[in-house]
Amino acid sequence: MTRLRRTMLFVPGNNPGMMSDAHIYGSDALMFDLEDSVAMAEKDAARLLVYHALKTIHYGDCEKVVRVNPLTTPFGKTDIEAMVAAGVEVIRLPKTECAQDICDTEYEIERAEKKFGVPVGSTRMMAAIEGALGVVNAYAIATASKRLIAIALGAEDYCANLKTTRSLEGSELFLARSSIVVAARAAGVDAIDTVFSDVNDEEQLIRETKAVKQLGFDGKSVINPRQIKPVHRVFAPTAKEIQKAVRILNASREAEARGSGVVSLNGKMVDRPVVLRAERCIELAKASRVMFEEEEA
Amino acid sequence: MKINAPATAGTMESGDILIEIEPGKQKEVEVVLKSSVANEFGKQIIKTIQSAASEFGLEYAVINAVDKGALDCTIRARVTAACSRATGSDTFDWRREA
Repeated sequence: MTRLRRTMLFVPGNNPGMMSDAHIYGSDALMFDLEDSVAMAEKDAARLLVYHALKTIHYGDCEKVVRVNPLTTPFGKTDIEAMVAAGVEVIRLPKTECAQDICDTEYEIERAEKKFGVPVGSTRMMAAIEGALGVVNAYAIATASKRLIAIALGAEDYCANLKTTRSLEGSELFLARSSIVVAARAAGVDAIDTVFSDVNDEEQLIRETKAVKQLGFDGKSVINPRQIKPVHRVFAPTAKEIQKAVRILNASREAEARGSGVVSLNGKMVDRPVVLRAERCIELAKASRVMFEEEEA
Repeated sequence: MKINAPATAGTMESGDILIEIEPGKQKEVEVVLKSSVANEFGKQIIKTIQSAASEFGLEYAVINAVDKGALDCTIRARVTAACSRATGSDTFDWRREA
């Protein structure tokens, strides 16, 4: 079963109150932030806080991601060392502009893995693309390391770099979003959309999530626990989609039992990608706790 | 390890602990704790503070702590940050094991 990344909840790295219960709200991933949400004078304290929290608190099934500071700052290298020692699952690199950024980060991760006896290659990576150059290089970034599990859009920095501002309809992000999804699909990694900052505007959050789901994104970053359920609801398949997926998977099993490589349903041939999409639909339905006849799936 | 200058770490927000370290006269680390749960958990909190300070190698220090319901891992993180700032030593020994 592939890992779901419908929601990634941002948790400021210097806020112990939020860090202690971040996992109870049901997001698929938690992203502890050592970068933008932490003041320069508190970088040391935040790093220690996240390090001790990761070693102590059991975050359940949530994927544990830490956004480290870039290696071009005095904090990046130590952030990586500390987080690998703490057993983080995913290191998220901010402001990724080219494949070399990934290679440099991977070098530091591997060095830390060897130092702390962590199996080499077990720490995964996620790259945040937050500028025009990163969008242009999206595919090279997404294929720069086998550790990459996803690429994500960081819209605020991207808009500043583009000399524009964010709008509700999101026209300024269309190219970046499409480029990131295409690059992610070509590279076989997930695509995660940017945050929606107005936590009081649930209607717009839902509209934006529907739009990025339609583009092909796997999930969305969220900044408040209140945003998790609406996003999950958008990503949950409908009853009709589930029924269709169940029928496709049943036909696939019957074909397999017959020793036939050709799957057909209602007299029509079912291609392999359709079967894969049906599997994905059932995974999402289970994760979303949508009711359906499980024994048939 | 001796203190170069008084230092603080942490905040007064819920779930956090404010740690202030200043030079002491004894070789040991003296802890003065304020906490709304001091009656139930005071001894445990002081023990955790002393343990984290001792792991850092701190001596001759007074630690004033204002606890706002911090978990042990938060207490350790804040004490270590304050020790590092007070001594000017930023070479923390990151370790894989708990």
